[in-house]
Amino acid sequence: MPDSLNPSAKSEGQSRKSDFPIFANNPRDLPLIYLDSGASTQKPQAVIDATSHFYAHDYANIHRGVYRLSQVATHAYEIGRETVARFIHSPSPDSIVFTRGATESFNLLADCLGRSGLIKAGDRIVLTEVEHHANIIPWQMLRDRLGLQLAVVPLMDSGALDLDEFERLLQPPTRLVSFTHISNVTGLVNPVARMVAAAAARGVMTVIDGCQAVAHRPVNVEQLGCDFYIFSGHKLYGPTGTGVLYGRGDLLGKLPPYQTGGDMITTVTFAETRFQPPPQRFEAGTPNIAGVVGLTAAIGYVESLGFDWIVAHEKQLLELGLKRLQTIDRVKIIPVSGDRSGAISFTLEGIHPHDIATVLDDHSNVAVRAGHHCAQPLMQRLGLAATIRASLGVYNDRDCIEALAMGLEQVNRIFK
Amino acid sequence: MNNELRELYQDIILDHGRHPRNFGELAGATHHAHGHNPLCGDTVTVFLIMGSDGRVQRVTFMGHGCAISMASASMMTEVAVGKTEAEVEAIFGEFQNRAKGDLTHAAPKGFEDEIERLDALTGVSAYPSRVKCAVLPWHAMRSALADGAEVTSDGGKE
Ligand SMILES: Cc1ncc(COP(=O)(O)O)c(C=O)c1O
Repeated sequence: MPDSLNPSAKSEGQSRKSDFPIFANNPRDLPLIYLDSGASTQKPQAVIDATSHFYAHDYANIHRGVYRLSQVATHAYEIGRETVARFIHSPSPDSIVFTRGATESFNLLADCLGRSGLIKAGDRIVLTEVEHHANIIPWQMLRDRLGLQLAVVPLMDSGALDLDEFERLLQPPTRLVSFTHISNVTGLVNPVARMVAAAAARGVMTVIDGCQAVAHRPVNVEQLGCDFYIFSGHKLYGPTGTGVLYGRGDLLGKLPPYQTGGDMITTVTFAETRFQPPPQRFEAGTPNIAGVVGLTAAIGYVESLGFDWIVAHEKQLLELGLKRLQTIDRVKIIPVSGDRSGAISFTLEGIHPHDIATVLDDHSNVAVRAGHHCAQPLMQRLGLAATIRASLGVYNDRDCIEALAMGLEQVNRIFK
Repeated sequence: MNNELRELYQDIILDHGRHPRNFGELAGATHHAHGHNPLCGDTVTVFLIMGSDGRVQRVTFMGHGCAISMASASMMTEVAVGKTEAEVEAIFGEFQNRAKGDLTHAAPKGFEDEIERLDALTGVSAYPSRVKCAVLPWHAMRSALADGAEVTSDGGKE
């Protein structure tokens, strides 16, 4: 566990790099500068240890055995559900459905809503121009299956969503809006509380993509009042193959099962099957048990650092990063109006992002994402094929910003 | 800067990337095809005029992408002129070998100069994720000569 009580280790500008073995295990001639936490975070020793300890000591299948080990494992898995519930302030653990990741959460939700009768032909679903493909395509498929309409809230040149248009689009026949809490490309923080309130006032269901939020901000789904909240464990310092769908209890109860099979039934005959209530109804088959144990440890890790420290640490690095990048020739930062979290997207005029990323990696051991970030509609809106994105985690420090900046200066020298 | 990086971004590559030759649509093209790298969004469309003697008379390309894919397309438009489809295949085959780091083959007979020019691009062999950038224009060219189907950077049809 991190020595969260040691104030000097958490003081200003210090990072938590020493909690993450990947940095000690990748000694090229330069230290690894990992600026791709938006794609996935590195794993602290506490998470790695929790997972291997579970396999070494407590592992068995869950919800099945009467023997002690199975009960221990079941307990660990259900502690995970309670931990997630507490972490995002879900009123009940029964509102927490474990999935393989945010992508599966979105597919589950769109599919089940489509078969629930809560959304019908002619209804409208509203998305925004900054969404990740995982929050676009499942709705597009549902549109085609049910005969729905899709509408899109535009991004303004300032770098914020057009909230007037958002409110106009809440009129009938809109039944559901799905939008990201924080943009994975620009770092834009949407005013989600205001957006949920406006939708709720019109009886429109709300889905929030929290993938880029949960590691960076405290999330309180009860206060937000959203109907669904989705995120992946692997962007929260947890294992891959873990994800969460939070759903308001009364709504989850109205959804039919997603996949079917073991663990999600009460009785099965060849004539008919009775299904478990949520959340088990949505968790067919053996889930990622050790993954959930790792996710539990990841949440423990984040909580031990505390969001006061995380938010302040990242804010300081973002401000430094924005300032430093502006001193570099040809850098154009994708604008964000208002609050920004976790990421800076930018281009160097006249140089392709893939060439930039290759030089950064090779010359400076700096890992950044170059590409469309699974948000092609946003790229089209920005008129770009690709950007470079530098995104932050708790292991980043001022040296990372300086390494990025010096790497970019080297790019400029090569492509003079 | 380390040697591999210097090898990758040689002056000749940067020059072709910055000032691509034969860039633009080709009036009177007899063949064309579109290539696309779904990973990074690079696109290239290759146009060509095939002469009645079965030799490529002229090649141009349009598109956008990284320095490597643009330079590769640009150099290809120079190298492919005057070649038959079979000769383009032979040159591409050996270029691809070298781009992937396989240096065990001799250049196809009679095309030593072409292969030597393309060798400037084989710095990509140290960067597996960038090999696709170098071969994408060639896949589009081969498809233009064959059936004009849209291709990806793996050479697969879309
Ligand atoms: C905003 C956003 N939504 C959805 C996803 C999809 O997450 P995953 O690939 O873990 O399913 C991501 C991650 O790439 C993301 O950044």
